[in-house]
Amino acid sequence: MSTASASNEPRRRGKAPAGERVADWADGRLGIYSLAKANMRKIFPDHWSFMLGEVCMYSFIIIILTGVYLTLFFHPSMNEVQYHGSYVPLQGQMMSEAFNSTLHISFEVRGGLLIRQIHHWAALIFLAGMFVHMMRVFFTGAFRKPREVNWLFGFLLFVLGMFTGFTGYSLPDDLLSGTGVRFMEGAILSVPIVGTYLSFFLFGGEFPGGDFVARFYSIHILLLPGIMLGLMVAHLILVFYHKHTQYAGPGKTNNNVVGMPLLPVYMAKAGGFFFLVFGVIAVVAAIAQINPIWAIGPYRPDQVSTGAQPDWYMGFSEGLIRVMPGWEINFWGHTLVLGVFIPLMIFPLVLVAIAVYPFIESWVTGDKREHHILDRPRNAPTRTAFGVAWMTWYFVLLIGGGNDLFATHFSLSINAITWFVRIAFFVAPVLAFIITKRICLGLQRRDKEKVLHGRESGIIKRLPHGEFIEVHEPLSQEQLHTLTAHEQYSPLELGPTVDENGVERKIKAPQKLRAKLSKAYYGEHNQVPKPTVEEYKEITSGHGHH
Amino acid sequence: MSSQDIPEEKLPAGRDQEHGAAGAMAVADEENPFADPGLPPHEHRRQDVDEKAAKHSERTVALLFTLSMLATIGFIASYVAISPDKSIYVFPVGHTSALNFALGLTLGVALFAIGAGAVHWARTLMSDVEIADERHPIEAPPETRSKVLADFKQGAKESALGRRKLIRNTMFGALTLVPLSGVMLLRDLGPLPHTKLRHTAWAKGKLLVNMNTNEPIRPSDVAVGSLTFAKPEGLEEHDEEFQTEIAKAALMIVRLQPENIKDKKELDWSHEGIVAYSKICTHVGCPISLYEQQTHHVLCPCHQSTFDLSDGARVIFGPAGHALPQLRIGVSEDGYLEALGDFAEPVGPAFWERG
Repeated sequence: MSTASASNEPRRRGKAPAGERVADWADGRLGIYSLAKANMRKIFPDHWSFMLGEVCMYSFIIIILTGVYLTLFFHPSMNEVQYHGSYVPLQGQMMSEAFNSTLHISFEVRGGLLIRQIHHWAALIFLAGMFVHMMRVFFTGAFRKPREVNWLFGFLLFVLGMFTGFTGYSLPDDLLSGTGVRFMEGAILSVPIVGTYLSFFLFGGEFPGGDFVARFYSIHILLLPGIMLGLMVAHLILVFYHKHTQYAGPGKTNNNVVGMPLLPVYMAKAGGFFFLVFGVIAVVAAIAQINPIWAIGPYRPDQVSTGAQPDWYMGFSEGLIRVMPGWEINFWGHTLVLGVFIPLMIFPLVLVAIAVYPFIESWVTGDKREHHILDRPRNAPTRTAFGVAWMTWYFVLLIGGGNDLFATHFSLSINAITWFVRIAFFVAPVLAFIITKRICLGLQRRDKEKVLHGRESGIIKRLPHGEFIEVHEPLSQEQLHTLTAHEQYSPLELGPTVDENGVERKIKAPQKLRAKLSKAYYGEHNQVPKPTVEEYKEITSGHGHH
Repeated sequence: MSSQDIPEEKLPAGRDQEHGAAGAMAVADEENPFADPGLPPHEHRRQDVDEKAAKHSERTVALLFTLSMLATIGFIASYVAISPDKSIYVFPVGHTSALNFALGLTLGVALFAIGAGAVHWARTLMSDVEIADERHPIEAPPETRSKVLADFKQGAKESALGRRKLIRNTMFGALTLVPLSGVMLLRDLGPLPHTKLRHTAWAKGKLLVNMNTNEPIRPSDVAVGSLTFAKPEGLEEHDEEFQTEIAKAALMIVRLQPENIKDKKELDWSHEGIVAYSKICTHVGCPISLYEQQTHHVLCPCHQSTFDLSDGARVIFGPAGHALPQLRIGVSEDGYLEALGDFAEPVGPAFWERG
């Protein structure tokens, strides 16, 4: 410390550059040098798929910026007023202040429409980005130890993002979103025993009442984004703390991270990427209209338009409710509204199915090591097949949610689509699982072939005795290493059923299940053993190029 | 930022030798052809070796940043110059707000150009030499672990939480009870449901008022094949409770040929073939608005529940769980359609207490 203060002496006389003096000042109070030492030249690996998370982060920032602007003009009130604004077709109509002020933002505030559209587009991109980012993390196994908690943080961000989106698009109190809120009320009413109470507490009485816009407003602009901001910061801190994962390749090991430093390359690339994302969304908002509430009109519980759809990320819940048969059970003066309540329960189940996967896999493998090298999806066939099955499930429900649009756009029978979804809900994920696993195993075989026999060069050679052969080019050591770097588990063995004294060993049911799953993951026909050095040597030394 | 200012050893070429040397140490392994050959040697970009190319990149980046500045000026000019109600035709978007279009494009370009400039700068002029950082295990070394556990035990012991059970138990009790205040505070979020969902604004003698014309309806006003929406007399758009009342009271009226009515109760509750049904879907409460006059089916556009109005409005397709409630109607002394009472069952989505 004394040397530090000694070296500070001459600086006080104004010799050090101003930036350095500011940094010294901040370091004396915040300890920024220690922080910068660890992070300023932090290495980040480069791959296009690592940008997906960035898209989410930047669209979240854009949503916050534009959202704050919108709050300056939006009135979260359901008081009915008569419209006197500049949009002629609605003049004289009764509407809530919320709808009225949204019209004001769209027509009188210069740039208001642009900010509204950027806000809405950014929200759609945020959710889509989170979905794709989550799938990237899933299929590459980036959720493995030590990143399981960060996977959950990300999952929570996705779920909260859905509800923030829902409460957000309900705020203008237009006919479309009001219909969505009514749907929500109907779903809440279906909850056994407490449903009506929940509904009355949420809406301050009967639907629609005069409270929900103000309540959704505080949830949309404060409660949920506040939690999400905290989660996102935690998500990022963990990304920094764990250091980024990387794909296998020459020089890349589980103990290092290869890439370029934060300062300057990623400052410029990631910082620049924020502007790219913002720029693209601004252009989209300039040319692509979104949620034209003036064309939809103010909410009236006795009116509706056709083609009523939620925003895409709520579509799978819409699908659940549309294809469910209308089961109702009446008993002892009560009604069990299964036709609505079952979809309401499957909705979280769909989401939880993917959220808990990392924990299931780590239980099956029993692997307690850290994993920083990403898997290629083909090298984890069962995981990949599960992921594709889940996505298939999700998209089948999305089709169900848009059954009316599919019917009108493709001239199909809505009844047929509904029945298709009802069956596909159970069948399609299973088919997707089987097909994906086959494809993965096929790709594994191809990799093995490539390692052992080289790359097909496309050159056909005729041998003196007339035989045609294709010339295979041997792979470089870099390629050989990359294709064989993955690890393969062997299935869990339960051991003999009798111990050395001939007494029967008791194997508990969970252990049996685990062994079964382990076999399904890593058993003989569930992964293709990767080529060994011996195999390679035998083939390469045996008969040259072939 | 030209590379002449950088000392020789900092140039990419200088670094490369280090890399090459590192790579040479892990050359092709005779024993194991799959072994990690180490980081491949760095390949120069044109900008690393050709100062002219580097200059060109520099100019490109500067051009992009300049473009951003111009676009921002364009944004300000559009904001000032273009009226919010001006509409223009843009191919292929169609008619669109001129102001929104101009502001969005200029803002988009201003932002995108900054991003493109920064990324181009990073990709062509900043060092692209890959560096390897060591990873360290996330979990603490055993010494740290045992130190922390010992510290915790010491702290726990000093608190005497385990020994003084009375303190512990009462503290847990207090901490469990205190959130109850918060739960209590939520009680006034809304009134209790009581039987509110069972009653609507309809009552005996209330005239059926046409939603569009705001006039009471004569049976002769209702033609076969038409769909009329009605509300109870006395419920006005300006009423404070209008939205909540219409959410339950909304009514649709159609005229069928009495001989086409299959359900006996429906026929009894109709007037000269005119039947009145709740417009609120029994699935999750969307207003039903699509009527097919040939089949007398009505369809909810939200989730496609379909009801047969000629057969007690029973569900014939879709997720709804029960038929639409019918309103019993008759004709008043003045010859207008009137309700003969409230709905006999709750309208709208089913709920636990519905029974």
